[in-house]
Parts: sequence; C-alpha cells; structure tokens
Amino acid sequence: MKELSFEQALKNLEKIAEDLESEDISLDVSLKNYEEGMKLIAVCNKKLQEAKKKVDILVKKDGKKLELESFDEQKLEAE
Amino acid sequence: MRMQDLFKEKTIYTVAEITRNIREILEDSFPQVWIKGEVSTLRIPQSGHMYFTLKDEKAQLKCVFFKNASMRLDFKLEEGMECVCSGRISLYDQSGQYQLYVNSVEPLGKGSLQLAYEQLKKKLAAEGLFDPAHKRVMPFLPRKIGIVTSSTGAAIRDILQVINRRYANVHIIIRPCLVQGKTAALDIAQAIEELNSFKDIDVIIVGRGGGSLEDLWAFNEEPVARAVYNSQIPIISAVGHEIDFTICDFVADLRAPTPSAAAELVVQEKEQLVLAVESMAKRLTEAVVQKLKLGQMRFSHLMKSYALRRPQVIVEQYQQNLDNLDKRLKIGILNVLDAKNTRFKTLTNLESGMSRLLKTKQSHLAQISARLLNLNPLAILSRGYSVTYLCSEKKALKSVQGLKKGDMLETKLDKGVIISQVEECRK
Repeated sequence: MKELSFEQALKNLEKIAEDLESEDISLDVSLKNYEEGMKLIAVCNKKLQEAKKKVDILVKKDGKKLELESFDEQKLEAE
Repeated sequence: MRMQDLFKEKTIYTVAEITRNIREILEDSFPQVWIKGEVSTLRIPQSGHMYFTLKDEKAQLKCVFFKNASMRLDFKLEEGMECVCSGRISLYDQSGQYQLYVNSVEPLGKGSLQLAYEQLKKKLAAEGLFDPAHKRVMPFLPRKIGIVTSSTGAAIRDILQVINRRYANVHIIIRPCLVQGKTAALDIAQAIEELNSFKDIDVIIVGRGGGSLEDLWAFNEEPVARAVYNSQIPIISAVGHEIDFTICDFVADLRAPTPSAAAELVVQEKEQLVLAVESMAKRLTEAVVQKLKLGQMRFSHLMKSYALRRPQVIVEQYQQNLDNLDKRLKIGILNVLDAKNTRFKTLTNLESGMSRLLKTKQSHLAQISARLLNLNPLAILSRGYSVTYLCSEKKALKSVQGLKKGDMLETKLDKGVIISQVEECRK
C-alpha cells in the first residue's frame, strides 16, 4: 500500500464504514472491505505513534550555512 | 542737504546681500517651529526630496522635505492630508522664496503608525495579498512545525507547552528572530524564507506575545507581509492581541489571537485523534458483524429449504424423468424400430446429456454448501457474540416479536449452550 497520510486514511475509513453499513454489498465484499479497513486503522495508529518529539533551533554557521541544533527546553522553563 | 549727502547715508545692498540678511533674520527667529495645515501640490522628483505647500484658508507656505529626513516617515505623505510639520524657516537664495525646511511630519487626528497601518493595508488589499483564494489549507496532522519568534520570549514557551500537552511527538524547528525594533521586520521575513528551504515543514507559526502598537510594529511592515504571502508553507499568524489585526494576520493563512492559540490550532488534540480511530474500528466491526448475522440468517434459511434439506429429491426426480424417457424410448423402439433408427440415436444422446446436467447440478450444490460453510458465520461466537433460538422452532431470533412469557430459549455460545425461559419481552 502506498504511504497514506493520516487524514487520507481516516477519509478512506469513513468511506469503507459507509459501504459496510449499506445493505447493498455482498458478504464477500464486506469481508474484504473489513480487512482493508483494519489495515487502515493500523496505519492510523502507526502514524499517531511513530513520530518522535524533537525541538531544534535553526542557526546560521559562519554567517552563511543553516544548521539545526538541539533546543534546550529546560533552559527556557528556568528563565 | 545736498543730494550727495543723501546718498552717503544710504546703505546699498546687492540682492545677494539683502537676501542673506533676510535669511539670517528668518533663521534666527524661527529655528524650530510647528505649523499645521493641509498638504497640497506635493511633488517628489527623482532626487527623492519632497516639495509641497502647506496651506489653510488664508495663506500658503512652501515646504521642502529632504530625503534623509523624509525617509524616516512611517506613512506615506499625501495631498489633502491635515498634518503638523516641524522644521526651521529659511530662504532659498536663488528664488528668493522663504520656506519651511521640514524635519518631521505628524498626521493630525491619528498617530502616524495608525495611518501607516491603514495605508499599507489598503495597498496590499488592492494587490490581492489578503485574497481568501490564496490561503493554503492547514495540515491535519503536522509532523514538522516551524516557529518564527524570539527564542527567549513567553511566546515560544507557551507554544511548546501547548504542543507538549497536546501532541508530544512532533518535530519543531525554531528560527529565532527579533520581534521588535527597526530591523525586526527584515529578520522575520528572512526567517520565513529560511524555513521555506525545508521542504518537509508542514506549517509555520509566526508571532510574538502581546505589546503596544509600537512593540508589534514589525508585524505591520511590508517585508513581513510579502514573506508571508510568498511562503510555500502554510502560515499561522499569532501576534498578541493589543490591536485587532496586524497586517501579518491579514496575509497569513490562518490567524490566532495568541501564540498558545496558534499551537492549539495547529495540532489537533491527540486524544481526539486516538478516539476517532478507535470509534472507527468499532464501527467497522459492528457493521461486519451485522453483515455476518445477516449471512447466517440466510444460510439457515437456505438449509431449511426443500432442495438443500433433501438434495436427493432433485436427483430422484431426474432419475424418474430418465426412467420415463427410457420407457418411452423402449416403447418407441418397439413401435417404430424399423423406420426411426435416426431418432433412437438422438434420444440416446439426450439421455447422456441428462446425466451430464445432473452431475453439473450436483457439483454446483456442493460448491454453494462449501462456500457458505467457509464463511463460518458461527465463528463470530468466539468473539463473544451469541445466537438465541426459540427451542420449539430452532430458528435464530431477530426480534421479540411473537415471543411470550414462558417460551423456552436456547442460546448458543462459542462454548456451550444456555437453556432459558422468557420472563419479559421489551421492544
């Protein structure tokens, strides 16, 4: 499956839920949709958990080059 | 008195001399004056100096506003504007014209900053910088957030606090910058440009804590407005709420009244997202269980149907048909044996065709049964669902319709069966 955004995954889930709740589709298709839906739920949960918190500060090295340095939040609280 | 003597007592000036004398008198008398009037016949030639006339109902005064002084003006001088000019009165020797050499101009009625704000707002609005069609969509779940503000102020602390509380796992890149003073606007504009070099930043917050109009001034300056407009990354403007809106607020894709509010806008509460996913999972499962129940009902219905209960019936019927045909065939052979050799052949073919048809039907039935069994509707019982039958009918119950007190029920669980008696039915 192509990497989906959280938002897109949630949108697709909404569509699948609507399909599942409709009377028109067969059991076979329902089960396939359900499986697909569960995969999307796993994607969403992964997206919610995967990123790690990081706070960086953008500094200019030698007056030219941009670089990221870790930002000390503790220092900020102390001030 | 003789004519000669008369002339001796008179001082004769050259034009330059008298002009210089008058100029000195004027300069000594009016080294610093404040004059109010209406600006008219404003002229700004290539040199950048401004020439205009200050007038009221009764008089006019020529004014010159040299570039080195006029460039410090926050707002744009316009004809018809009522204002107070300060400067010195002097005289331009070459034209013999006395005039006011202006140091500074204050608009009458409102402050110069207020006026500058209104002028820039009007200009940028006319250029379409506030056009709603240009506004970019905020990302739903941003992973990387750029922040343009002072690295020591309350603003950055507030933003980080909200993000920590709401959605800790996000990558924040702070581009520290000046947020007040003469050079702040250019610094803010450059910060926005620098963050735009990171293609994976989802959203940028630009802001500072509250302050006076002067403190917030940088956010009302043109370079900031242009940088916000040109940013490829959506921008939330979050300038303290001393005045209603800054120019930056108007250009930004989204406006927040404070830095904390901006942080709240940019990250949805994680808890809510977790809940949304959970409820979606529940919804899907309920829907599919419903479908399975429906399938199970159809299955039991089918099992009870004539054909499935006694598949042999069909076979028997076909066999009987065949017997009949056989019989008729034999009679036919006896009767028309001589003349109808050809027909006999045809009927033999028919018989083998019938057997083939029978075989196909049988295997089709087997397939349907196998498929229905494969779906294994009772499998959901292992997840805690149960099926309840009326003992007398052996039919899965869908409704309390027709149930009476005292009816015996059989509830099938994944492991075991409960026999119970109806006490009361509610709809």
